[in-house]
Amino acid sequence: MLGEGILKGLAETAKNFAGSFVSEERLTTVEYPEQRLPQIENTRDFPFLVYDGEDPMAGLRCVSCQICEKECPPKCIYIVKSTDKKPDYVGKAQFYPTRFDIDISVCMSCQICVEVCPFDAIKMDTEFELSTSDRFGGLILDKHKLAKPNSYYQKIHPTEAAEVDGRLEEEKQKLEAKAKAAAEAAAAKAAADAAAKNAAVAPEGQA
Amino acid sequence: MSTSAIRSYLPPVIEVDAENELLEVAMGPHHPSTHGVFRMDVALDGERVVRLKPVFGYLHRNHEKIAEKTTYLASMPYTDRLDYFCSMTNNWAYALAVEKLAGLEVPERAEYIRVITAELTRIQNHASAIGFLMQEMGASGTPLMYAFREREKILDLFEELSGSRMMCNYMRFGGCRVDLPEGWLDRVSRLVAELPRFVDEMEALLTGNEILMARAQGVGVLKPDLAVNAGVTGVMLRATGVNYDVRKVDHYGIYDRFAFRVPLGDHGDIYDRYMLRVLEMRESIRILEQALPQIPAGPILDPKSKPRGFRPKPGEAYGRIEAPKGELGFYLISDGSGNPYRYRVRPPSLINLTILEDMCLGQNVADVVLIFGSVDIVLGEVDR
Ligand code: SF4
Ligand code: SF4
Repeated sequence: MLGEGILKGLAETAKNFAGSFVSEERLTTVEYPEQRLPQIENTRDFPFLVYDGEDPMAGLRCVSCQICEKECPPKCIYIVKSTDKKPDYVGKAQFYPTRFDIDISVCMSCQICVEVCPFDAIKMDTEFELSTSDRFGGLILDKHKLAKPNSYYQKIHPTEAAEVDGRLEEEKQKLEAKAKAAAEAAAAKAAADAAAKNAAVAPEGQA
Repeated sequence: MSTSAIRSYLPPVIEVDAENELLEVAMGPHHPSTHGVFRMDVALDGERVVRLKPVFGYLHRNHEKIAEKTTYLASMPYTDRLDYFCSMTNNWAYALAVEKLAGLEVPERAEYIRVITAELTRIQNHASAIGFLMQEMGASGTPLMYAFREREKILDLFEELSGSRMMCNYMRFGGCRVDLPEGWLDRVSRLVAELPRFVDEMEALLTGNEILMARAQGVGVLKPDLAVNAGVTGVMLRATGVNYDVRKVDHYGIYDRFAFRVPLGDHGDIYDRYMLRVLEMRESIRILEQALPQIPAGPILDPKSKPRGFRPKPGEAYGRIEAPKGELGFYLISDGSGNPYRYRVRPPSLINLTILEDMCLGQNVADVVLIFGSVDIVLGEVDR
């Protein structure tokens, strides 16, 4: 019969229309600013810099190695490396970025910077409500705007952050163990040296 | 080749009544029917199309030249932006080419993940392609929204997996970037169990609809020999009845392990293309049903693959896959340095579009929009 196909199709739409009043799963949209869907854990949009401790600038993990600047496909990271060193979060003297800018109007959220950073210093954010009418002030993020605490990272990407924290902790312990071993070795060596010296030059050698 | 043979490949010359003046219409670059920025310069004799000149390049982004200036890895996120509906398959084609170039092995688990993501991509691409086609036919909204409803579920899964809905940037040379999040496979299985119902719904809505049949059957017919000679691939080619699916002929990945059929058309018209997309969705669901329970545990990345300082030895490689739109290939030449010496994309959308004039000549101007829609292109890939 002519028109049968159309009627069959209309029955389908009618089913969906009527169904949306009774069945939750047929209502597939939410009214955005008031209602929000839960954030998906792996979501990424723009990068941010992770810091440990209280002071954002002192605690930045970034050591200004500029690998991310080099590997970023659209080259939207700009780093100025410091000339002096200061202690990083484990107390080792490191360079730090005197300037770290990301132009998020150019950034394409590819997260290659995150992948190549050897220090787990840069991670992807999930903040997406960034629209602004100010092209330069609002969209070029400097290191003050980029710095976010590790607790924030743990909040937005719990699984990933737990893994990173575990790895960093392990490294830190290894480093400490190494430092301790080195210190002990040095102490032992010093003691041995002193003992040898003492043996050679009798009592006066003592300080 | 004899002149008559050559002539058979040229578009037929439409006889025009000398009394009539031709009307030239520029459809696009901003036309509601064009998927992006594309222009068709159409010459009309009354309602009949006598000449059609596709004009593209409005979205040119210099993809290939940029790729030759950066590292291999840095091109991966740009491939997402070729056919932005199918970033997973774009990633795969590029990764495949680089793997051939550098001789990297892909672990089992990564192969399965690739098949799963590629088939999900195919389903959402075909669903939206049908939706857009119907939109152009005047079925405003409903089929497209139904398609997008399902697409949304698939994109959510992609976001969970890769962090991004459309610009996944997920595959790496020799595997994938991250392992599957917890419970992801269960959610995919649940979705795959629901998908046949969606395809049935789509079919109840459209297949056999008299308006669709009246407007699509016998319209925009493409002949098999012309399709083969023009290098047309994908659904467009198979709708003409030519049995050519890169998954079957090239045996890339692990497609040999799955039982699935390649649907073929008969008439090469718009309706066949629509029908083929529906059938391919069903076959993709079948592949997913087989792949999901089989997926093994294990590593997801070749240990030889590294993000930085990647320098394949000099040589060339061509990696191709059956992307939802046709054969997508990447041709690479390495000179041993950190960036490819030559990087070339074989975009199915562009090559499938080259026979647009042949399909449109002699048809009504209103059908041009439909024929164009049935090719299923994305301008990001056409212009690159
Ligand atoms: S963010 Fe990481 S890769 Fe970039 S400069 Fe800092 S330490 Fe280096
Ligand atoms: S996410 Fe990609 S584009 Fe953005 S800063 Fe990082 S590397 Fe550059």
